[in-house]
Amino acid sequence: MASLPDNPDALYGDVIMDHYRRPRHRASLSYADVEAEEFNPFCGDRATLQLRLSHAAGHSPSIQDVSAHAEGCSIIQASASLLADNLRGRTVEQAADLSQLFRDLMQGKPLPPVALSELGDLGALEVVRQYPVRVKCALLPWVALEEGLRKLGRRGAAGG
Amino acid sequence: MTAATVNAPASFSGPLTNDDVERIRRDFPVLDQLINGKPLVYLDNAATTQKPRPVIDAISNYYLHNNSNVHRGVHTLSQRATDDYEAGREAIRRFINAPDSSEIIYVRGTTEGLNLVASSYGRKFFRAGDEVIITGMEHHSNIVPWQILGKEIGIRLRVIPFNDQGELLMDEYESMLNERTRLVSVVHQSNALGTINPVSSIVELAHARGIPVMVDAAQSIPHLPIDVQAMGADFLTFSGHKMYGPTGIGVLWGRADLLNDMPPYQSGGEMIRSVTYEETIYSVIPHKFEAGTPDIAGAIGLGAAVEYLEAIGMDRIAAYEQALMRYGAERLAATEGVRLIGTAENRGGILSFYMESAHAHDIGTILDAEGIAVRTGHHCAQPVMARYEIPATVRASLSFYNTTEEIDTLIKGIDRVIEVFG
Repeated sequence: MASLPDNPDALYGDVIMDHYRRPRHRASLSYADVEAEEFNPFCGDRATLQLRLSHAAGHSPSIQDVSAHAEGCSIIQASASLLADNLRGRTVEQAADLSQLFRDLMQGKPLPPVALSELGDLGALEVVRQYPVRVKCALLPWVALEEGLRKLGRRGAAGG
Repeated sequence: MTAATVNAPASFSGPLTNDDVERIRRDFPVLDQLINGKPLVYLDNAATTQKPRPVIDAISNYYLHNNSNVHRGVHTLSQRATDDYEAGREAIRRFINAPDSSEIIYVRGTTEGLNLVASSYGRKFFRAGDEVIITGMEHHSNIVPWQILGKEIGIRLRVIPFNDQGELLMDEYESMLNERTRLVSVVHQSNALGTINPVSSIVELAHARGIPVMVDAAQSIPHLPIDVQAMGADFLTFSGHKMYGPTGIGVLWGRADLLNDMPPYQSGGEMIRSVTYEETIYSVIPHKFEAGTPDIAGAIGLGAAVEYLEAIGMDRIAAYEQALMRYGAERLAATEGVRLIGTAENRGGILSFYMESAHAHDIGTILDAEGIAVRTGHHCAQPVMARYEIPATVRASLSFYNTTEEIDTLIKGIDRVIEVFG
């Protein structure tokens, strides 16, 4: 049986509630290089992600702008908002690394010592691990990100 | 049935009292535990009910003493297993007042009952252009089998709409009935709204045009007295696990003349009278529809569940749960920010609600921390959610073992939701 923290409301801490009440980067982009949507048919939750890249000469493309729109519970909304907040300025490879790190965090895998500082306020979602049925809520926007990055990769391979 | 009546409840008289309910609760071992440090408040009975000791004992008694295949061996154990398996069938026949126990077909549950009729009756009797009428408040299991058949044969699905309270628009229903209608298949009590549909009127209007009616009684049979002859239905199906019996067993009842005309649904052992390479002759009902070794322990457990319900009395159960539902609905309606979904005048023990401030899953998590088990989501009734333009509801569903104190605990839990989410 899953053990809950002493305070049953620990799930609804300040960072999660702040991002749930005031989700960042929710508006859709006028132009996006890639878009991905994930849907959970079991509960009806949905996450839509758009990425716009900058292609400065001599640099690998980095994420210039992000839109993350989630429908569903507080956890999916906070996770989408935190994801969008943490993605800007990263290269495609760095975004993939962050996604892997977040997945490892949510699945309780041992993390390298630098990971927590790398994750920043995304660490606030670690508490969700104590509510196993809610982990998929937190991961859904990241599944959309991974799908978006795969699309970019396929396109890159086809173009290159 | 050997030792299956251990711990059977004493007889009851008059309406169920608090003492009766306390006594009944002691028959359900699972209720006596702490969840997250709080006493369990089990309000997810529409998903599945808990099992009383007589049901658990009947199943373990079968495995401990009588385990054997049915209708096969001449040895003593096989005879005992067969007797108990068939005694379950007879108990179910009595419980729904079916004319004959050969009309009681064991299936895995309501979903299989619906699929059996769609697959066997539908394939034989439906042609392109024919129509099947369902209601707008069906579980997905009474939508999808007809859609699959629709794609295969070309039948059309007609849907009876309902009003904001969750009551069927009977005028619309009547105007849908026509010479192309081959079957009306309706839910008796909605799992998402609690509405108890006027099945007898639905049957009367259909029968006036010679159209058979199938009833999905999954949510009604644990809570209401059911008499298939008084109801007038032609098919009725339900699941054991929602009526205090085990999972994996359920019943399809059908009128013998209809069942006799229907081809087998699956093939194998038990359903065969004789096989040569030229021809196979099928068994008579119910065995024609029970291919392979059945869920023997499940059937015996379901028989024990039926006997347990009869000992309390379905009228008594219905009256108690009705009072509990009215109390819960009043308390929820008086709670700021809570919107009840499903307010039909005639409805059962379902309290389905929506809160603008918090998503159903967040409410479910906070209630779980208080030891309260509810269902959150679309309840496999997405068209119902779409009708109210909401993604999901929280559903508290009641049983005769629930108490007004437990409703009060639910309301306190919702107060916690309001504290967190405003």
